[in-house]
Amino acid sequence: MTSTIFLQQLINGVSLGSLYALVAIGYTMVYGILRLINFAHGDLLMVAAYTAIYGIAVFTLPWYVSFPLAVLFTGLTGILLDRAAYKPLRSAPRISLLISAIGASFLLENLALVVIGGVPKAFPRPEPFDRVVDLFGLRIQVLTIYTPIVTLVLLLALLYIVHRTKVGKAMRAASRDFETTRLMGINVDRIISVTFLLGSVLAAAGGIMWAMKYPQVNPFMGVFPGLKAFIAAVLGGIGNIMGAVIGGFLLGLGEILIVAAVPELAQFRDAFAFVLLVLVLLFRPTGIMGEPFTDKT
Amino acid sequence: MKARHLLGFILLSFVLLPAGAASALEAIKIGAYLPMTGAVAAYGEMEWTGIQIAREMEPEVLGRKIDIVLVDTKSDKIEAANAVTLLIEKEKAAVILGEAISGNTMAGNPISEAAKIPSVSPSATNPLVNQGKQFAFRACFIDPFQGEIAARFARNELKAQTAAVIIDIAQDYCVGLGNFFVKEFVKLGGKVVSTTYIQTGDQDFSAQLSAVQAAKPDVIYAPNYYTEDALMAKQARDLGIKVPILTGDGAQADTLLQVGGSAVEEMYFTGHFHKEAAGSQRAKEYIRRFEEKYKKDADAFGALGADAYFLLVDAIRRAGSTDGVAVRDALAATKNFEGVSGLISMGENGNPIKSMVINKVQNGKFVYVTTVNP
Repeated sequence: MTSTIFLQQLINGVSLGSLYALVAIGYTMVYGILRLINFAHGDLLMVAAYTAIYGIAVFTLPWYVSFPLAVLFTGLTGILLDRAAYKPLRSAPRISLLISAIGASFLLENLALVVIGGVPKAFPRPEPFDRVVDLFGLRIQVLTIYTPIVTLVLLLALLYIVHRTKVGKAMRAASRDFETTRLMGINVDRIISVTFLLGSVLAAAGGIMWAMKYPQVNPFMGVFPGLKAFIAAVLGGIGNIMGAVIGGFLLGLGEILIVAAVPELAQFRDAFAFVLLVLVLLFRPTGIMGEPFTDKT
Repeated sequence: MKARHLLGFILLSFVLLPAGAASALEAIKIGAYLPMTGAVAAYGEMEWTGIQIAREMEPEVLGRKIDIVLVDTKSDKIEAANAVTLLIEKEKAAVILGEAISGNTMAGNPISEAAKIPSVSPSATNPLVNQGKQFAFRACFIDPFQGEIAARFARNELKAQTAAVIIDIAQDYCVGLGNFFVKEFVKLGGKVVSTTYIQTGDQDFSAQLSAVQAAKPDVIYAPNYYTEDALMAKQARDLGIKVPILTGDGAQADTLLQVGGSAVEEMYFTGHFHKEAAGSQRAKEYIRRFEEKYKKDADAFGALGADAYFLLVDAIRRAGSTDGVAVRDALAATKNFEGVSGLISMGENGNPIKSMVINKVQNGKFVYVTTVNP
């Protein structure tokens, strides 16, 4: 492998990894607050991608209008999801919530299937994102440059909200202890709604970036990114926002470099990700950045 | 007055009875199982439109109406097997039509075979689909022929010395086609410089493509389905890979053009049908009705879906009954049948002997290049 090819592969890895990271942040944030693995998170990617397509193709909106609208719509879907599927189960055992999350995921997928149909739709990649930069023989899609920037900006915004605002303080308090937070006069349900709103907005950003990179949208498009982002979140230490970013990059780079080093192993790429998940759970269940487990129930 | 009208009506219906009696007989049921959702939903959708046009053209056989029961396989092998069981046991289908892709047909065929129910797949091209089967047939050519022609085209027309092969390891179709291509390409003096694998549902091919780029092939042979073909072509062009991409009949879906955009321009593929190559009376009638109803060009998979229907109906007519063994024998004896996708004669193992077209993508359309006869 020449150094150009190696660098190109590294760029490919960073490009994929930043997408994983973007989706993983949303995953891990909801987990951090609710201790709920929101399996419908991946499907929110799909909701965002379809809304963006409809905005551009049906209502002929420019992308800078359509994308924010898609993010907003997905955020509202997230809140609705919480109200319908999770809120009635607030005091139920955690396993019921998990099952409800899986149900919500199936519901979203099949709803899209019935309403939109199973044939994949092309995602229109807006012109500013459709360029390729040629740098010393390396081919870099501008998306590859934008995605980590979007990830970083959203990460900083999220860290700011969680650590510097009142809502964030309440979110952190709720993640420590539901009951006490409620006793302190905080409207926990509202805080959870905000959490879902933020999580879904992140999923929407991830969905749009994903669909621009892989411009083919179908009702099940969120399943694999969702699973991979989940692995990334666990790898980084689920519940930890920085950890999710690190986990995402590691997973993306790992997947690409394995194929790069031994092309024959390409068919085992997904296996690699899942083996990694099992190993992390076996040897370091708290992940790279995770704090030791504290059971808050 | 009213009573007399009624009486007249009753008398009239007695007179008309012999003609009307046919439709009073029980309808013949064709059980169709197709991927209407999932990774290869476009094939199912196209074939289903073709089948419906075909049914409009020939709604009856042996004086009985034909009913088609459709079951969605969700592009999945297990669902495909369940669908065939359901069609035979619950719906009591006389014959089976489907599936669209090889892997799923391989899951469905053993079940119809065991029940001695004849089946025709419109577009499963892998040779193993019908191997050792008595009741399994298809309306398309098979992959050894397709891979061979693709290799010859790459060597002779594209003047390629070296080739890179990218194969979807999860699909029997892609694996088979890749092997047949490699065999013929090497036989013709070419060299395969890179073989890499992908999997159905993968979206990122950048690692594989960078490896292909390093090997500097003259042509890329990627005999995969339209979903992967389109995404792969897009990423290949983004990475600056400029060599021609050659693929198989799986590429001929509008989704390829929509998703692939400018990246799939000049993509060549071996295919079953192009409306410019269609000659028979039946094909012309089919294309006329198709374009009138759907306001777009007739596609290959629709044509194959229609041919599967026509082959079944023709066999039932010649068999004179819906008895499984009789229909099977009639199917096997099909000779020079004028189908929508060309002249079909049933060869060994229920595999038709028929011609192939080579198409390419040009200005966002599938353009006819040439016809190759067996």
